[in-house]
Amino acid sequence: MATSNLALGETQSATTTRPRVINDFSINVATVNGSGSQSANSVLLKSIFGMGVPVSGKNLFPSNIAGLPTWYTIRASKDGYVARKRDAEVLVAINPETAKQDALALPAGGVAIYEENLNLKQYRDDAVFYPVPLDKITAAICPESKLRKLVKNMVYVGVTAQILGIDLAVVEQGLRRQFAKKVKVFELNFGAVKAGWDYAASTFTKQDPYFIERMDKTAGKIVIDGNAACGMGAVFAGVTVVAWYPITPSTSVVEATTDMLKKFRVTPDGKATFAVVQAEDELAAIGMVLGAGWAGARSMTATSGPGISLMAEFAGLGYYAEIPGVIFDVQRTGPSTGLPTRTSQADLLSVAFLSHGDTKHIVLLPGTVKECFEFGYSAFDLAERLQTPVFVLSDLDLGMNNWMSEPFDYPSKPLDRGKVLTAADLERLGSFARYKDVDGDGIGWRTLPGTMHPKAAYFTRGTGHNDAAGYSEKPEDYVEGMERLARKFDNARKLVPAPVIVSNGKSKIGILAYGTSDYAIRESLDEIKKQYGQEVDYMRIRAYPFAHEIHDFVASHERVYIVEQDRDAQLASLLKLDLPAEQVVKLRSILHFNGLPLDAETVTEEFAAREGHTAISSTHVEDVEVHEGAVAS
Amino acid sequence: MATAAPAPKLNHIGLPLVEYRGGKSTLCAGCGHNAISERIIDAMFQMGVEPERVMKMSGIGCSSKSPAYFMSRSHSFNSVHGRMPSVSTGAILANHTMTTIGVSGDGDTASIGMGQFVHLLRRNLPMIYIIEDNGVYGLTKGQFSATADLGSKLKTGVINDLPAIDTCALAIQLGATFVGRSFSGDKKQLLSMLKAAIAHKGTVMLDVISPCVTFNDHEGSTKSYKFMQDNDEPINELDFVASFDDIEVDYASGEVYEVEMHDGSSLRLKKLHEDFDPTDKVKSVQTLMEAHANNEVLTGVFYIDTKKETFLDLLNIVDQPLGQLPESVVRPPKSALDGLMASLQ
Repeated sequence: MATSNLALGETQSATTTRPRVINDFSINVATVNGSGSQSANSVLLKSIFGMGVPVSGKNLFPSNIAGLPTWYTIRASKDGYVARKRDAEVLVAINPETAKQDALALPAGGVAIYEENLNLKQYRDDAVFYPVPLDKITAAICPESKLRKLVKNMVYVGVTAQILGIDLAVVEQGLRRQFAKKVKVFELNFGAVKAGWDYAASTFTKQDPYFIERMDKTAGKIVIDGNAACGMGAVFAGVTVVAWYPITPSTSVVEATTDMLKKFRVTPDGKATFAVVQAEDELAAIGMVLGAGWAGARSMTATSGPGISLMAEFAGLGYYAEIPGVIFDVQRTGPSTGLPTRTSQADLLSVAFLSHGDTKHIVLLPGTVKECFEFGYSAFDLAERLQTPVFVLSDLDLGMNNWMSEPFDYPSKPLDRGKVLTAADLERLGSFARYKDVDGDGIGWRTLPGTMHPKAAYFTRGTGHNDAAGYSEKPEDYVEGMERLARKFDNARKLVPAPVIVSNGKSKIGILAYGTSDYAIRESLDEIKKQYGQEVDYMRIRAYPFAHEIHDFVASHERVYIVEQDRDAQLASLLKLDLPAEQVVKLRSILHFNGLPLDAETVTEEFAAREGHTAISSTHVEDVEVHEGAVAS
Repeated sequence: MATAAPAPKLNHIGLPLVEYRGGKSTLCAGCGHNAISERIIDAMFQMGVEPERVMKMSGIGCSSKSPAYFMSRSHSFNSVHGRMPSVSTGAILANHTMTTIGVSGDGDTASIGMGQFVHLLRRNLPMIYIIEDNGVYGLTKGQFSATADLGSKLKTGVINDLPAIDTCALAIQLGATFVGRSFSGDKKQLLSMLKAAIAHKGTVMLDVISPCVTFNDHEGSTKSYKFMQDNDEPINELDFVASFDDIEVDYASGEVYEVEMHDGSSLRLKKLHEDFDPTDKVKSVQTLMEAHANNEVLTGVFYIDTKKETFLDLLNIVDQPLGQLPESVVRPPKSALDGLMASLQ
């Protein structure tokens, strides 16, 4: 239902000559951590989504329970760009501590919606100001003082929605859905939205050019964060044992998994067909995963950098003793504790070679929430097929932010439980040797504890062993085993997700990247074409070991830029180990590692500078507080 | 003319003792660990446990090698140093119908493995956890471990100046439901204890003093054969009667604690110390502390609780092994995904 709006009508005549900016700007909500603003921001995001406008949200939050500043940026993009944008044209300033800096960061002509006593007008005169007595409005509608902190958030949702022209009915619908079973909570929240809306409608004349208008680009789409999508993948893989230790930003992978297991994996008499264990640490979590994988259950853990470090020793055992297990690593910024609530891609090398000795691992690299789901379930098939730990490398940006996506498809193939001999098989065969490469693919056959056959047992160990799993320090046994593992790993190139060719054959220059760098790169490719008239080929890598198509891509280009979110060019390094020497010289790196998600301008500027185009700006590394760049057209 | 060898004695599931044997030990001749392996073989044989129904778990060290030396028909997992508890936890969650026996050492448990050890105890996960306790690191040639007694002496003359960790006191305090100490040289006591352990449902923690003949069997060691022979102070005498045994033993009431085990067997603990009650946590720990003060090495069953819920009860899992559930059970149907998708639109 369209709500006609008088204020908006008056606005148009009152607006200056600036052209309207429709469905192509960002909103930056500056609040205080722990104030409950997350659900309000989510309502705002879903309202724009409900208007049919492509949208993405990024939560920039501190490592803190409550009290420190936090920013949530919502980007509406008619063209479907969902990468972080450097500038947000619309500011919702709630946090007094950062209000000045937030106001100064607005691009010229930007919009500030703010608690009126912050008096942001004093800082500049080239923006549009909408002061709102948020506390007064809140107090009037919410007698219970304890709830005011939360309700106030919904008031700014109402104000913002009104100013930007978001349909009130869409906001209402989203809220109703969010509080489906809690009528009173809905009423309180919608009351607050309405109060904000009414205040704005009766007080302001629209002076800024930013509008949300209805589109039809979100029909049938879903909104989900990558961690929930990973958990969903695991659940539809039939995950049965989950062992974990809480760590940001991976915790919600397990929380989502557990919620779904409770929903789908309880028998009619109330018994669980799964086990979730909060372990004493990551050492124990991975130990439980391997114990369960060894005994035949699909098992997983989820962690982040520090947990990965702790899992190193067991990862080597899993590799060498050949035990399946799935490890989700939602990357955050290191080294050490680093920036625990900021995103990064700097775990790639340590995960690929996690543990001492000649160890290497299968690493899946999802770039979308849909891939979080798909790799989330195929990781289990690969782990059992290849009898080895499989890592799914996500990041904080993908994992903890909301993303639009096509709905996920139900897995088309049955579970692949890999090579397991039953008692009947053993009866037929007479015996078996656990690590013997009978099929020529480097993968032996295993048995599970409890297989009722006198020949079923074998001795699993991290010590040197021969193909019958017997203890051995013989050089030839060791070499044979290690070479077989290398063959198995090499064969995995064909089994892991193939790279996505976004564009090929149009240019002598290529870009290679993985994960969330994709969004900024796609937008940057359009920018490069628009600004410099240059086409660039682009392939997105989705797994390690690298598929042969990646070699071909490098071979067929003169220069290849490796775009990644770490300091040390880890993806480029990994590629250099894999490529023939004459190909290695073609690689160039574009690096971004300030803890913020990669943005298109960074890629475009760096690319242009390296390619000798006239750069549009020299900024590269930026800071949270300082926003630089062009004013939105 | 050769006479036919007498038919081997079979246990009640029809298997001879040889089916419980393992590979040849590579530990030192006379190592206490070998005697413990022998008792495990005897106990499993006498209890008629199917070897295929057993999982043997271990960490790293001399002790942790020993699962290779008993029960070759059982699956075994020699993991990493100090982390056998977590691997066992995962394996048991995947198949809780198995009898799980973990063999660790004093270094593997009380130093590097302390974190996982205490959490295993807290969870009362059904398994037998044996510490083959010799007070030294053998494979690295004889450094003290954390169970070495204060004042005990290394071969090199080095005196231990840190207090010993009493793993039994810890186990009682933290939630294990069957806690005992024995000596590898006490065949009878150890065998009865192991048989009762097999019958118990919950975490069994057995600290078995197992002298290291190479690095800790000299004068001045408190973990030597000689020291144990002189200072072993049994707190009770164990008499285990399996459910399939048909034996009646009469004791005067008041002299014996009779414990009915989960499988219908009974464990009779004849009192050797006045007032010792193996169902009283506080008193048990107090008795252990007093023994330390008196330089006694108490052995016997210190604590038993057959009623406490195990970790598996808390998780409320189905009877079938989780690792063997079919796809139809573990993968939710398409309708489940459709419902989730609809809720996200």
